[in-house]
Amino acid sequence: MSAERQPPAIEARGLRRVYNVKPTPVVALQHVDLDVAPGEFFGLLGPNGAGKTTLIKILTTILLPSEGSAHIFGFDVSKDEKKIRRIMNMVAGGEQSGYGILTVREQLWMFSQFYGLPRKDGWRRVDELIDAVGMGDERVQRVSTLSTGQRQKMNFARGLLNDPWILFLDEPTLGLDVAAARQVRQLVLAWRQAVPGRTVLLTTHYMAEADELCDRIAIVDHGRILAIGTPAELKKRVQREALYRLELDRLDGGPAALARLPGVVSASLASDDGGPVDRQTVSVNLALQDDGALGGVVGALGGLGSHILALQKSEPSLEDVFVELVGRGFDDAGDTGDAGVADDGTGGDRNGGAPARDASEAETPAGVA
Amino acid sequence: MSVYEYRHTASPQEAADWTPRQQLLTDLRAVGGRAYPRVSGLFREKSWVFFEILLPFLSTSAFVFVYRALEAPPEYIGFVVLGGAMTAFWLNVIWMMASQLYWEKSQGNLELYFAAPMSIMSVLFGMALGGMVMSSTRAVIVLVIASLVYGVQFQVDRWLLLGVVFLLTLSALYGLGMILASLFLMWGREAFHMTQLFTEPVYFVSGLNFPVARLGLIGALALATIPLAVGLDAMRQLAFVGAEFPIGTPSPEVEILILIAMTVVFLVAARWMLRTLERMARREGRLSVRWQ
Repeated sequence: MSAERQPPAIEARGLRRVYNVKPTPVVALQHVDLDVAPGEFFGLLGPNGAGKTTLIKILTTILLPSEGSAHIFGFDVSKDEKKIRRIMNMVAGGEQSGYGILTVREQLWMFSQFYGLPRKDGWRRVDELIDAVGMGDERVQRVSTLSTGQRQKMNFARGLLNDPWILFLDEPTLGLDVAAARQVRQLVLAWRQAVPGRTVLLTTHYMAEADELCDRIAIVDHGRILAIGTPAELKKRVQREALYRLELDRLDGGPAALARLPGVVSASLASDDGGPVDRQTVSVNLALQDDGALGGVVGALGGLGSHILALQKSEPSLEDVFVELVGRGFDDAGDTGDAGVADDGTGGDRNGGAPARDASEAETPAGVA
Repeated sequence: MSVYEYRHTASPQEAADWTPRQQLLTDLRAVGGRAYPRVSGLFREKSWVFFEILLPFLSTSAFVFVYRALEAPPEYIGFVVLGGAMTAFWLNVIWMMASQLYWEKSQGNLELYFAAPMSIMSVLFGMALGGMVMSSTRAVIVLVIASLVYGVQFQVDRWLLLGVVFLLTLSALYGLGMILASLFLMWGREAFHMTQLFTEPVYFVSGLNFPVARLGLIGALALATIPLAVGLDAMRQLAFVGAEFPIGTPSPEVEILILIAMTVVFLVAARWMLRTLERMARREGRLSVRWQ
């Protein structure tokens, strides 16, 4: 079956999820509609408490929706959970799963058995994935001794053991340094590109990550999807004018001379907005009705005796989009989340206040004590 | 084919369409996978030699000296040694079966187990299998050392029956452990206290250090409900045939039937409870989500 003829990788209609916690129930998702095509790299972008993780838990069959429906490649998350579990996998940032007493190789092999890989195939597959994620040197290192970055690469390898058709990544680069985060992103892209039709749903609150990886993004806040589109489309929503910065050798008549030109909405010296000022040149911020007006401006500058030293188009960021949609900054949003409920309702703590316990203890004699 | 292509399937629908055989094989492999950490832990965490051999050996020795001082029949020494060996299984069930799912939840493993295509019962079976291997090693060591040190003379006529009783005792005991695992998961943070609460009373009513028949009605109740009590009683009858006093109340054959009934009831109940728990977990989000 070709990717074009497949049902949507994800189809959600009217999803609502309420956690019945005291003193008042927490509404984590409200009437979410979502369509993700097979092969798409789809991002859920939102602050802590937005409902991203709740949505992932529903789509991965761990939670049932309170209302509405969701399908993965045509399979109902409420009824066909067995089938969905055979074709998907999930990796979460900061994941501490498994047993610290095992080596990386053994841990991955254990999980391979949960996905039904034959014993020997499992070991071979594990070795291949360990090499692919660049953990050859840590192959026989105990899981309890891995760094955060190493652990996350191992988790990512775990997520690929069963060759899933859809991979759910919940903040996969959370807590990683720049190099490790980049490596994880490259791994995801390489995996996805290897076979057409593989779908990724990524939740993140790193805007640059979403911008870099995702074909389309949904901006989520307080359990609602506020906007969906490609990164370019989303940015375009807040970019009503084409913005440019011009660096000129001189500008007789000042910015006012430019502001009078056809198609120019506004013109101001860059120093007005606190930008760098070089006394030898003049920097001007231009807002045009559209990109087509730029030609007229360039022609007019020649008539004014100015030479263009540099020309740069200014793009809005996804953060600008978020501010436009939500009315507050991304960081502020995390602080004012839904009754302090984080992605998974944890108030931002992934361990959720659960008793701290090293994974290695789980398999030691009387270790649970 | 690259490392990123393992099981090429033409479509997600094809990949999701497993035969019953594929599902069964996955469930069986999952049992082996989950047993693996427990078996490998046997060789990696050597502290168990101290905690689970030396310490039980000391408490067993205390009873041996008491019985010797009282000039009790020599079989009593054997009862204590056998009871000391079986302690390893009860400790394993109460500490590493019953409370394990709760800790798996805290660790974040439970979510991954639920999201994997195996039956969640495979996880419990794997934990039980690994626990049996681990505890059998400990039990055998305690049994051999204590028998040699205190000169225990076993008199066994029916080895096969003894083996059957032993295996049935383990299956009933670990079946109970599977039920407790689900209960402890529901009770959450109380699990640790529940573990402590159950340990000593079960030691007592199981008659680990004396014939359970001495407990009268309480002993009969223990025989009816606790696999360790009925299994140990049957094993003592089969391992000390020539004893000159009544050891157990029902015959080993009757106790085998009790153990079979316990095994069936416990396993069916464990399966039902686990399914119920999974439904609750999905509906309420309480059991797989770490913060609840």
